[in-house]
Amino acid sequence: MTLDLVIFIISALTAIFGALMMIFQRNPVASVMYMILSLVSQAVLYMQLGALFIGAVLIIVYAGAILVLFLFVIMMLNLRQTEDMDSDSTPISKLAKFLVSGLLFLEMLFVVRGSYFQSSVETGLLSPQIDDFGSVESVAELLFTTYLYPFELTSILLLTAIVGAVVIARKPSNEDPVEILPFDSDDDEFKSAKAAE
Amino acid sequence: MTVPIDAYLVVGAGLFGIGVIGVLVSRNLIILLMSVELMLNAANLALIAFSRALNLMDGHAFVFLVLTIAAAEASVGLAMVITLYRNHDTVNIDRFSILKW
Repeated sequence: MTLDLVIFIISALTAIFGALMMIFQRNPVASVMYMILSLVSQAVLYMQLGALFIGAVLIIVYAGAILVLFLFVIMMLNLRQTEDMDSDSTPISKLAKFLVSGLLFLEMLFVVRGSYFQSSVETGLLSPQIDDFGSVESVAELLFTTYLYPFELTSILLLTAIVGAVVIARKPSNEDPVEILPFDSDDDEFKSAKAAE
Repeated sequence: MTVPIDAYLVVGAGLFGIGVIGVLVSRNLIILLMSVELMLNAANLALIAFSRALNLMDGHAFVFLVLTIAAAEASVGLAMVITLYRNHDTVNIDRFSILKW
């Protein structure tokens, strides 16, 4: 049992545990906290795989920005205890949901165990790491040469997302020209038909 | 490196399965969104593991793009949650059945 294996087992179990608790928590704030726990242990796994930069980015961007955004929304909406999980569904449909997820997991296990990867990697063990694998320099070199076009398109995606979020979350103001009227109030045909009666 | 690549892939598959359970079972819209994020992260873990096994850096660039997409999805999704909460006073997805026949 080497140190590598010990670190892997601890962080993998923590990641799975955090994800499970995230789903089955009633309190959304606790749910976000467990998600952060799961993310940090996933970042440990990334770093173990040599992806130091991506692991750091995962903590900074996910735990530092995205999940704080979730927390902001939860606090803003003042959500506390939500209703019972899956309260409206019958036991059979609940069982079916777990069964479908379990089947999907089994299917992925078979793909992992499948023949594709056995040929390229001997007995599943990893080959020695190349120099500067996972460093900022090599990631940046890929992003700005081979994947320059997708990388630039990403900025358009982000701009669209920002504009979309602002437009969707905007409070409709009183001076808004578009106003939803009751169904029959402004319908000329309806009025004339009523007058004819 | 004594940990085989398969172990990382199994962890990724497990996280993805948990994310699917969360999407199907949870009634809270915010927890549902977080489950989607979890599924994206499981895919990221698999990408990093493959990239390490093949000694190619390309997987890291993909993970970068996936992280961007996750951020965009979270911002738009949370904006929709805020609007829905303003109109319905709840985030329980069973209440949002206006379009249901």
